[in-house]
Amino acid sequence: MAIWIDEESKILIQGITGKQGTFHGTRMVRYNTNVVGGVTPGKGGQEVDLDGRQVPVYNNMKEAVSETGADVSAIYVPARFAAAAIHEAAEAFDENGGGLIVCITEGIPTLDMIRAVDKVNEFEKVRLIGPNCPGIISPGLDGGCKVGIMPAFIHKKGRIGIVSKSGTLTYEAVAQTMSVEEGQTTCVGIGGDPVSGTGFIDCLSAFEEDPETVAVVMIGEIGGSAEEEAAEWVSENMSKPVIGFVAGSTAPPGKRMGHAGAIISGGKGTASEKFAAFEKAGIYVARDPSEIGQVLVGALIEAGLRES
Amino acid sequence: MNIHEYQAKEMFREFGVRVQEGIHCKSVSDALAAYDSLGSEIVAVKSQIHAGGRGKGILYDPESGEEVMKGGVKIAFSREDVEEFSRNICGNLLVTKQTGQEGKIVNNMYIESGCDIDHEFYLAILVDRDRKSVLVMASTEGGMDIEEVAENNPEAIHKIWADPSLGLRDVDCASLSDSLGLSGSSSVQMIEMLNSLYAMFIEKDCSMIEINPLVRTKDGSMVALDAKVGLDENANFRHPWRDEVRDLSEEEDVEIRANDLGLSYVKLDGNIGCLVNGAGLAMASMDVIKLYGGEPANFLDIGGGATRESITAAFQIILEDENVEGILVNIFGGIIRCDMVAMSVIEASKELGLEVPLVVRFSGTNHEEGKAILDSDEISIHTVSSLSEGARKIVDLIGGDN
Repeated sequence: MAIWIDEESKILIQGITGKQGTFHGTRMVRYNTNVVGGVTPGKGGQEVDLDGRQVPVYNNMKEAVSETGADVSAIYVPARFAAAAIHEAAEAFDENGGGLIVCITEGIPTLDMIRAVDKVNEFEKVRLIGPNCPGIISPGLDGGCKVGIMPAFIHKKGRIGIVSKSGTLTYEAVAQTMSVEEGQTTCVGIGGDPVSGTGFIDCLSAFEEDPETVAVVMIGEIGGSAEEEAAEWVSENMSKPVIGFVAGSTAPPGKRMGHAGAIISGGKGTASEKFAAFEKAGIYVARDPSEIGQVLVGALIEAGLRES
Repeated sequence: MNIHEYQAKEMFREFGVRVQEGIHCKSVSDALAAYDSLGSEIVAVKSQIHAGGRGKGILYDPESGEEVMKGGVKIAFSREDVEEFSRNICGNLLVTKQTGQEGKIVNNMYIESGCDIDHEFYLAILVDRDRKSVLVMASTEGGMDIEEVAENNPEAIHKIWADPSLGLRDVDCASLSDSLGLSGSSSVQMIEMLNSLYAMFIEKDCSMIEINPLVRTKDGSMVALDAKVGLDENANFRHPWRDEVRDLSEEEDVEIRANDLGLSYVKLDGNIGCLVNGAGLAMASMDVIKLYGGEPANFLDIGGGATRESITAAFQIILEDENVEGILVNIFGGIIRCDMVAMSVIEASKELGLEVPLVVRFSGTNHEEGKAILDSDEISIHTVSSLSEGARKIVDLIGGDN
């Protein structure tokens, strides 16, 4: 088991004929991800070659979902069209039993995202991950299900869940689990934008319910208060050990650190507040991301899940 | 992206938000002409810089460093006052609690008619990240730092949220106005103003509108006496007019250049330059340098689409900072291949005649090939395998110099 996606998931790519869509679609197929089709308005009826696999292109999501029975969509369309792509995917999935939308696109206007998230929330069985995120991956025995832009080869099927706001820092966390011979159930990059779909608590709660996940690594960053709320949720609801790191201890106030959401404003959203909330909630804290592996081992030993 | 108060007030007028008459000025003679044409005996002479805290700021002569005047916003009671204040402001350095010690040179002023203030309020519209909607926040304690009010007198702050598809509800606006103790025509004007500001927030893709103070005048009118507007840069593509209101002199030159190259750069005060892919990893690299006793000189994310050219430019930008005594490169290859970065690093160090110690950590896509390329070259580059090791190494190398 994994959360939200696995080897059975059927994936559509919105923006499949674009450079990004084809590039990452090829890598998804190479990892044995079941890409069943794609959408580019005006290019319906064509086929795209993804690593030797001929994938049909549809004009819109409704058609694509009803023809293929897909339950996951990866969005690689440019920022100005991305919110409309989310709306379209949400409606199409709602009519066909639900689905997961993974929006990789960076640079979507915040007000567009407020409306898009509101739309997605209208539908109980539709989930949005992102935007501005690396995506989600559930490693399998032979390849796996990769919906996003992460380098697949660093992952291995295992028992650790990972959730992070940052892209490359997620890869760092993956490499840390591998350095102590632990693999992953699912890794979710939730993105660093101020307004996005799935948050830490959604992921933590799914990992808590997932029988294969035994521990979770959570990577936060400065800005907002999602980490503090997640910490409170962990202390009240989580039976599995959580290992945490927060990026941005050295970030100056009022400056945006790359991600649109990574800014300390009015003295709020600092790394030290977030670390303190983690510690209060009993989360195992790593102050250096290169130590996540060792902290994880310690937590697993304490929980009786590992001998040494 | 921020704009000046005078530009924000122009926008307010366009949306029917009541402001005092005012004129944008760039010199003392401009200011005197503005005073004459406004015909108001009492005017405010306001420094226009993007940072807040202007009223309590201090102006310095940029050449001599001597203090010129206390207060970047002054009330003038005569033509002579206007002359004196504008002379003290124009071309001088304004240091406020938000500018840092280096301050900002004031190139723009705003001369605004005075008004009879009965009460000062605070009003802001911003994005509530937790509720994922637009938040309107108001307080009866105007003219004060809102963070202080939130700390000491939280019950003075009132909030309403807009529905993402329906906007502000009349009943919420009315209740906000009631909470502020407004009645009669003041209340009617307040509700109108909320709707106008919300329309502006949406239409102009704002990230923030802050009015502190918003005043009720003696005759009951509601007037925006200050205006701070931030714009969501992600929406620049649908607002071509923004090029004209952007004041590049308010932005760090090097940050603009970096941005144009697809790099995200923020200068800091330390001596260890960092070159990293990914915003989170770039922050973490700074944090770990600090953890092992060093001080990062910058935040630099080269992004997922970095090329040899942008990596060379990144090195150049890092080395322009005279404080830099060493550089840590930390790459977790995904789409970016470490071997490509390795070749770019060698090229850049030769081209720029790199003299400071360089530590490189590669992980992910083609990290072994990347390391092999660096190890086989004659230039001295320290390769390490983890971020920890990299941070310790560069701190160690620099410590040796001191």
